[in-house]
Amino acid sequence: MSLHPMIAALRKHKAGVVLIALQIALTLAIVCNAIFIIYARIQNVQRRTGMDESNLFLITQQWVGAPSGDDPASIQKLDAMLREDVNALRAMPDVESVTPINSLPLFNSSWNGAMSLKPGAELRSGNARTTYYFGDESLMKTLGLHLIAGRNFTAADVTNKGFRDPSEASMVIITKTLADKLFPKGDAVGKVVYLDGASTPSTVIGEVERLQVPSVSSWASSFVWNSTIEPVRLNANFSRYAVRTKPGRLDAVMNQVRSTLYGVNPMRVLDDDSVKSFMDIRAEAYRADIGMAALMGVICLILLAVTAAGIVGLTSFWVGQRHRQIGVRRALGARKIDILHYFQLENLMIAGGGAVVGIVLAVGLNRVLMSKFEMDSMPVYYVLVGLAVVVVLGQIAVFVPARRASNVPPVVATRSA
Amino acid sequence: MLGYYLDLALRSFKRNKVLTTLMVITLALGIGASMTTLTVLRLLSGDPLPQKSGQLFYVQLDPYPKDRPFSRSDKLPWLNTYVDAMNLVHAHRAERQAAIAMTQVKLTPTTAQQHPFFSTGVMATADFFSMFEAPFQYGSGWSTADDNDRAKVVVIADYLNDQLFGGANSVGRSLRINDEDFRIIGVLRHWAPQPRFYSLYLGGPNYGKGEAVFLPLQSARAAGMDPINMMSFAADTQALEYAPTIWLGVWVQLPDAVAVAEYKNFLAAYANQQLALGRFQRTRFGLSGLMAWLDSQQVVPDNVRMQTGLAFSFLLICMVNTVGLLLAKCLRRSGEIGVRRALGASRQAIFAQFMAEAGLIGLVGGALGLLFASFGLWCIRQQPAEYASLAHLDMQMFLSTFAVALAASLIAGILPAWRACAVTPAPQLKSA
Repeated sequence: MSLHPMIAALRKHKAGVVLIALQIALTLAIVCNAIFIIYARIQNVQRRTGMDESNLFLITQQWVGAPSGDDPASIQKLDAMLREDVNALRAMPDVESVTPINSLPLFNSSWNGAMSLKPGAELRSGNARTTYYFGDESLMKTLGLHLIAGRNFTAADVTNKGFRDPSEASMVIITKTLADKLFPKGDAVGKVVYLDGASTPSTVIGEVERLQVPSVSSWASSFVWNSTIEPVRLNANFSRYAVRTKPGRLDAVMNQVRSTLYGVNPMRVLDDDSVKSFMDIRAEAYRADIGMAALMGVICLILLAVTAAGIVGLTSFWVGQRHRQIGVRRALGARKIDILHYFQLENLMIAGGGAVVGIVLAVGLNRVLMSKFEMDSMPVYYVLVGLAVVVVLGQIAVFVPARRASNVPPVVATRSA
Repeated sequence: MLGYYLDLALRSFKRNKVLTTLMVITLALGIGASMTTLTVLRLLSGDPLPQKSGQLFYVQLDPYPKDRPFSRSDKLPWLNTYVDAMNLVHAHRAERQAAIAMTQVKLTPTTAQQHPFFSTGVMATADFFSMFEAPFQYGSGWSTADDNDRAKVVVIADYLNDQLFGGANSVGRSLRINDEDFRIIGVLRHWAPQPRFYSLYLGGPNYGKGEAVFLPLQSARAAGMDPINMMSFAADTQALEYAPTIWLGVWVQLPDAVAVAEYKNFLAAYANQQLALGRFQRTRFGLSGLMAWLDSQQVVPDNVRMQTGLAFSFLLICMVNTVGLLLAKCLRRSGEIGVRRALGASRQAIFAQFMAEAGLIGLVGGALGLLFASFGLWCIRQQPAEYASLAHLDMQMFLSTFAVALAASLIAGILPAWRACAVTPAPQLKSA
C-alpha cells in the first residue's frame, strides 16, 4: 500500500494527528519512568536481608526504676537484669535461640560508624561506613546467618558495656561485602581493623555471607551490606532481644512472651509495639515503597486506558467523516481488509511519530528525576518496551473503529452525501 | 445568551453520550488525582506558624574540625553543641531564643489501671512557648529561673491531659516521667504545627499529633534523659554537656531586618571569638528563616513530591485527551455551525458557545473529580504515614478543585472553539 495518499489525508487533520501523537508521547514518557520507579521499588523490597527471616521476632522493652547505667556498678546490675531476661526467654518451650541485640535489618534504629585499617583514622571516610550489631554468641544462630570464613564468637568472647561507653570490642565478625572492601585479596579473617577512629585494634575473626543494615533510607544506600557484629551485650535502661522459635511456633511463643518477661520482673514497659515478628518489621519498612509502587501502577493503567479511549474517540470521528470516501474506495475494488489495514497503518504512523517524540521526553524526564530525586539512569530497554506497549495499545484501540470502517458498504458511494 | 449556549451544550451532550461521558470521566480522574496529591503536598509543605514564621530563624554554627567536616558537600552542621546553644541562649541578643532537643519519655500514670507507655518529649529552654506561640489551656510555661534551678516541672499536651486526667485542670499535680516525679505547671491547648519545624534532625516525627510533654532542658538532662539524635565529631567520653557532640536546635525570634543584620554580626563575632578560643576551626554560620530552612532541608518526602508530579502529568494528558475529543465533537458539528453562522451568529458567538460547552464539561468533571479526590484522600488516611490522619479537603481546596477543573477544561476548549469559529458557512450549507 502506498503511503502517499495516507499522508495526504493526515495533512487534512493536522490538529487531531498532533493531539493523538502528543498524547502518545506523554503517555510513553510517563509510563516508562513510572514503570522504572516501580521496578526499582520492587527490587528494593525483594532484597534478602541475609537472615533466615521465618520464625524470628524482636522484643523491645524498657525497665522501670532501673539503675542509670552511668557507673560500673549500675552497668553490672543492668547486665544481670538483661541476662536474667535472656535466660528466661531461652527456657521457654519452643524457643530455639535468643540473643540480646541492638537492632535488626529493616528495623528503624541503627548504630552507624566507620571501619578503617589505621588507628585514629577519619570517622566519615566514605568507603568503609558500617552499621554495628551488638549481640552474644547466639546471634549467628538466632538470625540464621551464614558464616563463610573464620569462626563464630564463643561465650568467653562476649563482654558487656554501658550504652555510652565508647570502647570497642577486641574482635568482630563482618560481612563479606565489607571484608572485600577493606581487604580486596579476600583474606580478612585474622586481620586487624580500627572502629570509629579508635586507637585500639579489633581482630576480624569471621566473615558472614550477607547481612543488611537496619536503615532502608537513601542515606544508607551506599553501605547496605556493610554490617559489623560485635560480641557485646549493650547495657542501658532498655533492651532488645531477637528470638528464633521452632518452625510454626512463632505465634505461640509471641503470645507467651509478655507474661514470661513480666514474670521475671514486672517493673518494665512492654507496649503494643514491643513484640514484633520479623514479617511485620519487613512489612512496615517497605510499606511506603509498596504503596508508591501500587499507586504508580494504577495511574499507569488509567493513563493507558485514557490514551486508548482518546484514540478510539478520534478515529471513530475520522471514520464517520470519511464514510463516503471509504464507500468510494470499496466501490473501486478495495477489499474490507484493505480498509482495515488503512486505518491500522494510519494509526501505526501516528503512534510511531508520537513514540519517537515520547522517547526523547522519557529520557529527558528521567534526567530531571535523577537531578531531583535519588534515582538511577533508566536503561534503554525500558524505553523500547514502553514503545512496544504504546504501539500495541494504539493498534488495539484502533481496531474497533477500523473494523466499523471496513464494514462500510460500497453502495454508500452511489448515495449523495 | 449564556443560558442559550448551555442549552445547546446539553443538547450536544445528549447526542454524543459516550464521548461526553468519556471526556467528563477523563477530566475528573485527572482532577481527582491532582487535587489529592496537591492537598497532601500543601499539608506537608505548609507554613507551620503563619502569623509568626517571618520572625523565626534557625541558627547554625560549625564546631567541626576542618579535616573531619560535617558533610562532604560542605553543608553546615544541622544541630549545635550544648556549649554553643547555651552561649547563644544566655547571650540574649535576640528578642527570644530557645535551645531544643527531643527525647523519648516513659510515662507512668498515677492510676493503677493504666500501664506505663512511651511517648516523645521536648526538652527546651524557657522561651519555647512564647516564641512559638503555644497556647495554654491551664497554667503557663516555666521561667528562666526554673531552667537554671533545674526545676522538676512539666508542661503537657492536651491529649495527654485528656488521657491521664480526663481533661480536668491538672496544674499542680505530678506526673511520673522516666521514674522521676515532675510537677505539672501548664496544659497546652491543641497545638501541633505541621510540619514540626523545630523537631527537624532532632529525631521526633516531622508531622502528626505533637509531643506529649515539654520539659526544661536542664531539668530533663538532670533526670537522665538523653536526646534521640546526637552526632559526635570526636570520640567522646564526657557528659553530653561538654562532649564534642551536636544535639540541639537553636531558634531565635528577630522582629525586623535590622535585628536580623545585628544578629548576624553577633554570630560572626561569636564564631570568631570561638575560633580565637580554639573551639572552632571555621567561622562560618547560618541564620535561616523558618520557611527557607524547611525548604532547604526538603522536609516533604520524595514520594509525595513524585506523586504530585505524576498526578499533574496525568492531568496534562487528560487535558490533551479532552482537547482531541472536543475537537472531534465540534468538527462533526460543522454543519450546525454553518447554519448558525448563516443565520447571523458572529464568530465570537460561536467561540463563546463552544467555550461554554467546554466549561460545562469542566464543572461536571470538577464535581466528579471532587468525589475522586475525596476517595483518594480517604485512601491516604488509611496509610500508615505520620501525616495520614491530617489529609482532609478544606474549603480552599474544595473551591480550587472547581477552579482547576474549569481552567483545565477552558484551556482544553480553546483550540476546538477556535477551529469551530473558523468554519466558513457557505461550503457547509452547500454540502448539507
